[in-house]
Amino acid sequence: MLLTQKKADWFGNIRGDFLAGLVVALALIPEAIAFSVIAGVDPKVGLYASFCIAVVISIVGGRPGMISAATGAMALLMVTLVKEHGLQYLLAATLMTGVLQLIAGYLRLGELMRFVSRSVVTGFVNALAILIFLAQLPELTDVTWVVYAMTAGGLGIIYLFPLINKTLPSPLICILVLTALAMVLGMDIRTVGDMGDLPDTLPIFLWPDVPLNLETLFIILPYAAPLAVVGLLESLMTATIVDDLTDTTSDKNRECKGQGIANIASGLVGGMAGCAMIGQSVINIKSGGRGRLSSFLAGLVLLIMVVFLSDWVAQIPMAALVAVMIMVSIGTFNWASIRDLKQYPLSTNLVMLVTVVVVVWTHNLAYGVFAGVLLAALFFANKISHFMYVDSQYDESLDQRSYHVHGQLFFNSADKFSNAFDYKEAVSRVAIDVSRAHFWDITAVAALDKVVLKFRREGTEVEVIGINEASETIIDRFGQHDKPEDIDKVLGGH
Amino acid sequence: MNDTSSTEHQASSTERSWTIACIDGSRFNSAVCDYAFWLSQRLNSPFKALHAIEHSGAVAVTDLTGAIGLGAQEHLLAELTDLEQQRNRLEIQKGRQMLDTVKQRAELAGLPNPVTVQRHGTLIESLVELETAARVVVLGIRGEAHEADNLHLGAHLEALVRSIARPIFVVNREFSAPTAAMLAYDGSPGSIKALEMVGSSPLFEHIPIHLVHVTKDPVAAEGLVQAAKLKLEQANRQVFSEILTGEPAEALCQYQARHGTDLTVMGAFSHNRLRELVFGSFTMKMMLNSQQPLLLLR
Repeated sequence: MLLTQKKADWFGNIRGDFLAGLVVALALIPEAIAFSVIAGVDPKVGLYASFCIAVVISIVGGRPGMISAATGAMALLMVTLVKEHGLQYLLAATLMTGVLQLIAGYLRLGELMRFVSRSVVTGFVNALAILIFLAQLPELTDVTWVVYAMTAGGLGIIYLFPLINKTLPSPLICILVLTALAMVLGMDIRTVGDMGDLPDTLPIFLWPDVPLNLETLFIILPYAAPLAVVGLLESLMTATIVDDLTDTTSDKNRECKGQGIANIASGLVGGMAGCAMIGQSVINIKSGGRGRLSSFLAGLVLLIMVVFLSDWVAQIPMAALVAVMIMVSIGTFNWASIRDLKQYPLSTNLVMLVTVVVVVWTHNLAYGVFAGVLLAALFFANKISHFMYVDSQYDESLDQRSYHVHGQLFFNSADKFSNAFDYKEAVSRVAIDVSRAHFWDITAVAALDKVVLKFRREGTEVEVIGINEASETIIDRFGQHDKPEDIDKVLGGH
Repeated sequence: MNDTSSTEHQASSTERSWTIACIDGSRFNSAVCDYAFWLSQRLNSPFKALHAIEHSGAVAVTDLTGAIGLGAQEHLLAELTDLEQQRNRLEIQKGRQMLDTVKQRAELAGLPNPVTVQRHGTLIESLVELETAARVVVLGIRGEAHEADNLHLGAHLEALVRSIARPIFVVNREFSAPTAAMLAYDGSPGSIKALEMVGSSPLFEHIPIHLVHVTKDPVAAEGLVQAAKLKLEQANRQVFSEILTGEPAEALCQYQARHGTDLTVMGAFSHNRLRELVFGSFTMKMMLNSQQPLLLLR
């Protein structure tokens, strides 16, 4: 059974995977070069990384059909490290990132993705698209009109060529046409060759040339940790998108471990850290890729092309790459989220927008997701706190006021609960019936204690009814009683 | 763990009761039905026809442009959903028609209340879900996709036999009510199970049993075969026994042709995986070479 599944993952869709692999390889080359430029390293670092990650993840990853390589989100986190400490420390940080991701995979941290709501995912995706676009701006500032014309022409080819022919990758046509034009006219514009070294050999094993001591660890850890987090976040979100597109499921924890192994491998052949790519994965699925073969081929073809065609690759004008990257940025952006802004509640939109703003501000996707998740949790707590009210009746014969508490009592609704009682009313007895309320934390219990004390200070006799039923939900293990009858016993009948 | 007792209780009434016929568009389809009718009547077990809608991995692509524009993801999702909806709706219709035909035939054959089910997913997945309720599973040796291929077995057959713990009846030719059964017996746990089943099942009350043992050392095997024969005779079975030498699958198929047995009962995949990897699986050889249907027990 397992073997059959494995075989199907690899060879279940040979034709589709083969073609898609080629298309993706062609699209990966400009991305890998562009992201190397962002990180401030030679293009070969990104190209080796893309080859290595795409090939390794095809074998060890948990989501067939997803494309991983050097990415912009990761590149943005490395900029300072490269600037201050150099390439060798980046390679060491890449290794460390892989190790951290591997550990996260074994600790099954992938399941924490449950806490990341839909709005945060949308915000993440949009922020990513904006970051990719912003990263192109340095290539478009202080340049001649020729570069603008080339970029615009490139975008024109990318989007208009498919109207004529749907069997050739239009980004490739864009690159070929612009390169030929630049070479024939002998234009004086920046080319890939100006950005640094291209791969001239097949990748070789190399251990990062850094001293193995605590000092090194303290240098790389502040970079490796966010790299690991962002890499896993983007990979798991992309996996969910591929799951949706292909109507299949994936093994998220295997994907975490796979990302770790791929990054370790990348670090050992002189590549930078990477992760899954939303744009490339969409291109892969769109081109018919479904299995592991497409990612494997994409990596392999990419390497063969850049190693053997490096002289030609060096001639590609940066304007062509910028056009391709703008396409990736546009394709990554979730336009439905802008269209739906009016329909969605304000809280949902705020979560999405805060995620975007924080990411664009800090250039760190991890902070954005953290802010988004926090905000979403606060909004949720606030919504739930509305599900609490207190009503009361006065019984003249006993001179007793009975309060009935309904709903959810926790840190956010505790004040509302305390304020719902009339302490100024002079009665001899007060009964507080909480059997229809749920106490979710100690704050709720403390609030009740405070209410009781306050009444007693006024000289009132207080009786609390049903505290046992109400506090069953405090127990941390409550979440584990997920059988319907247990939940009904505690939460039902209200 | 509290709920296991209740499901067990629930299952005991339906457990091991159904004869499940796996229906697809292959040429063995009608033979599968007929054998299943035969089993259902002999075993007095209700008949259920199953059609699994296997979502094909084949992807229709017309777009290799690699360009992604505004709302690429949403467009792609909508496009793929539409495509699959059309394809699967057709598959459901096709399967429904096949199942309706099977149902009519079952009613004509006098089976009380034949049931048909259609499930999404691979045949293996669907069968594993129905496994506890199954008494015997009847299926054709080759599915629709590999019908013309006589040298190889159905892609999923081995995986299927390995993952289902119920008796599996493999149909490889047109129906004829079995008149003599060959029991391939080698003393392995699987074959002992087969022996017990032949002794106890109403299926073999009126069918002579040929107890055949293939070995390198015929003298030593005498005791084993005699004990097995005695067991069957005590169960009121008509038994012939024979000890053969040679390559097991070959010897059994030759015996089958010589004595005209038209059903083979055997334990399946009882050797360890390593041995099977080196010598090839005996069960697979039998399925490939036998001209008569097989009843496999695990």
